Amino acid sequence: MYKKQLVRNDEVAKMMSFISYLLNGLSLGSVYAIIALGYTMVYGIAKMLNFAHGDILMVGGYTAFIAFNSLGLPIPVAILVSMVVCTLLGITIEKIAYKPLRQANSLSVLITAIGVSYLLQNLAQLIFSANPKSFSSFVPLKPVKLAGGQLTISGETIVTIVTCIIIVAGLVTFINKTKAGQAMLAVSEDKGAATLMGVDVNGTISLTFAIGSALAAIGGILLCSAYPTLTPTTGAMPGIKAFVAAVLGGIGSIPGAFVGGIILGVLENLAKAYISSKLSDAIVFSVLIIVLLVKPTGILGKKIMEKV
Amino acid sequence: MMDRVKAEKQKIFRSNMITFGIVIIAYIVVELMMQTGNISSLFKGLLVPLCTYSILAVSLNLVVGISGELSLGHAGFMCIGAFSSATWSMLMKSSGMPEGMRFFIAIVIGAVTAAFFGFLIGIPVLRLKGDYLAIVTLAFGEIIKNLVNALYFGVDANGPHFSLEDSMHLNMDGGTIIIKGAQGITGTPKNSNFTIGIILLLIVLFVVLNLINSRTGRAVMAIRDNRIAAESVGLNATKFKLLAFTISAAIAGIGGALYAHNLSSLQALPKNFGYNQSIMILVFVVMGGIGNIRGSVIAAVVLTLLPELLRGLSDYRMLIYAVVLIFMMLCTSAPSWIQYRDRIMMSFKLKSTDGKENK
Repeated sequence: MYKKQLVRNDEVAKMMSFISYLLNGLSLGSVYAIIALGYTMVYGIAKMLNFAHGDILMVGGYTAFIAFNSLGLPIPVAILVSMVVCTLLGITIEKIAYKPLRQANSLSVLITAIGVSYLLQNLAQLIFSANPKSFSSFVPLKPVKLAGGQLTISGETIVTIVTCIIIVAGLVTFINKTKAGQAMLAVSEDKGAATLMGVDVNGTISLTFAIGSALAAIGGILLCSAYPTLTPTTGAMPGIKAFVAAVLGGIGSIPGAFVGGIILGVLENLAKAYISSKLSDAIVFSVLIIVLLVKPTGILGKKIMEKV
Repeated sequence: MMDRVKAEKQKIFRSNMITFGIVIIAYIVVELMMQTGNISSLFKGLLVPLCTYSILAVSLNLVVGISGELSLGHAGFMCIGAFSSATWSMLMKSSGMPEGMRFFIAIVIGAVTAAFFGFLIGIPVLRLKGDYLAIVTLAFGEIIKNLVNALYFGVDANGPHFSLEDSMHLNMDGGTIIIKGAQGITGTPKNSNFTIGIILLLIVLFVVLNLINSRTGRAVMAIRDNRIAAESVGLNATKFKLLAFTISAAIAGIGGALYAHNLSSLQALPKNFGYNQSIMILVFVVMGGIGNIRGSVIAAVVLTLLPELLRGLSDYRMLIYAVVLIFMMLCTSAPSWIQYRDRIMMSFKLKSTDGKENK
C-alpha cells in the first residue's frame, strides 16, 4: 500500500515536470510566434527574407533596458518607448535599404538585409559593448504555485502566452476587418492590381514594417524577461528560429506563424528535456525539413500554382 | 556559323586564361614579397584562409550562379570536409605514411565525404524551390554543426567507437579519442600552406570552368533559365541539379580540408561552420557577381582582406564593412541608384568629349 503511494507520487512528479516543460515550451514558442509574425507579414508583402528582423528585436531589448534601468521610466512607458523606437527603425530601414531594391532580384535584397543585420549588431556593440547586460524582468507577476507546490508557473510564462494570443487575435481581426488590413492582403496578392485599385502600396508596405518591428520590440522584451542576458547578438538565434517557425507554419500566413512558433518552442523544450540537451537544435531543424518535404509550403501555407 | 562558335570558344578560353593568370600572378607577387620579407605576419596568416574562402566562394557560385538555387548551408559541407579529413590525418599521424601522401588522401577524403552528404541532402532538398530551399539548406547546415559538436569518436584495438553522449559512452579499451564533442579535434598536423592552397584553387577553378563550358554545364544553366523548357527537350532537371550540388559540396569539402589542416585545433563553432559563415560565403558570391567565377575569387579576397585592412579603425571596421555591403548592393542593384550612377558617368563622359572638341 505504501509502495503504491510512492509510485503514484513519482508519477505525479513526472507528470508535473512534463507540464512545466510544456508550459516553458509554450512560452518560448509564443516568443518565436511573435517574432515570426513580423517575418511572415514582411515576407507576404515584400517577398523578402528580412534577416535584420532578429536584430530589431535586439534593439528593442536594449531600448527597453535603457528606458527602464537607466532612465527609470515606468514599465508601460519603457515598453512603449521600445516599440516606438523599433517602429521608426523598421520604417527607416525599409525606406533607405529595401525600397530602392524592390524591383531588384531577391538575392540582392537578401544580402542588403544581411548588411543591415551586421550594421545593427555592430552599432549595438559600439554603443553597449559586447559585454552582456543583465536584463531585469518586465513582468511584475509572482510565480503561481499549483498542485500543492509541485508545479510552479513563472509570471513571465503566463504573460508571454497571453500576450501572444492577444497579438495573434488582434492581427487577424485587423487584417480581416479594417481597410488597412485589406490593403495589406491586396498588396501581398498583386502589387500592380492593388495600385490600380487605389491602394497606397508604399504606405501599406511601411505599415507592415512598422507593425512587424513593433512586434519584434515586444518579442525582444518578453524574450529578455525570460532569458535575462542581453548582448548585441541576442536577436540572431531567436531570429533564425522564428524564421524557421514562419516557414514551418507556412510563410505569409499569420495563423501559420502562430502554429509554427508554438510547435517549434514546445519541440525545442521537450527535446532538451527528454532526448538530449545538446541535440535539441538538430531535432528542431530536422522536424522543419521533414515537414517541408511532406508539405513544401508549410503546415498552413497556401499551394501556389505555377504558370508555364 | 562555325566561325561564330569558334570565336565564342576562343573568347571563353581567353577569359579562363585571364582567371588562371590572375591567380598565378597573385601567387608569384606574394611569394616574391615573402622572399624579400616585405610581408607582415598578419597577412601571412591570412594567405591560407584567403585560398579557403576563394575555393568556397567558387563552390557556392556553382550552386547559386550556375544552378540557380540559393543554398545557405555551405559551411556545413565545409565542416564535413574539415572533420573527415582531420580525422584521417589524426588516424594516420603515427603510421609512418609520407606527409604529402597523407595530406593528399585527407583532401580526397574531405571531398568525397562532403560530396556523399551533398548527394544525400540534395535528393530530398532539391525538390524544393527558392526561399524554401534556402531555409532547408540552412537547417541542414545547422544540423551538421550541431551533430559534429555532440560527436565523440575514438579508435582502439576493437575498431572505431562513436557516441553522441560523452567520452565515457565510447566504451574505449585504451586507444585514442579523436573527436571530443564540443572540443573537436586537437593536434591536427599543419599541412596546409599557401602553395598548396593556390594549387587547390587552380584545380577547383579548372574543374568548375570546364564544367560550366561543357555540355553538362550548359544543361544545368538551361534548367536554371527555364526548367520546363529544358525538361521538354529531354533534360533530366533533378539529375543535373543534383550533379551540380554534389560537385559543389565536394569542392566545399576540399576547402574544409584546407581549413582544418591550417589550424592545430578544430572546433565546430557558429563562427566558422554556422549559418553566419554560409552567409559570408554567399556575400562573396553576390558581390563578385552571381555566376561569375572570377568575380567570386576576387570578392572573396577583397572582402576577407577588407576587415583586416581596416584593423586600424578597430571597433569601426565591421561597421564600415556593413555599410560598404549595403552601399554596394544599392549601387549595383537598385534601379534608381543605377540611373543616378549612369547620369554621373554620362556627365563625366560629356565633359571629356567637350574638352577634346575645344582643342
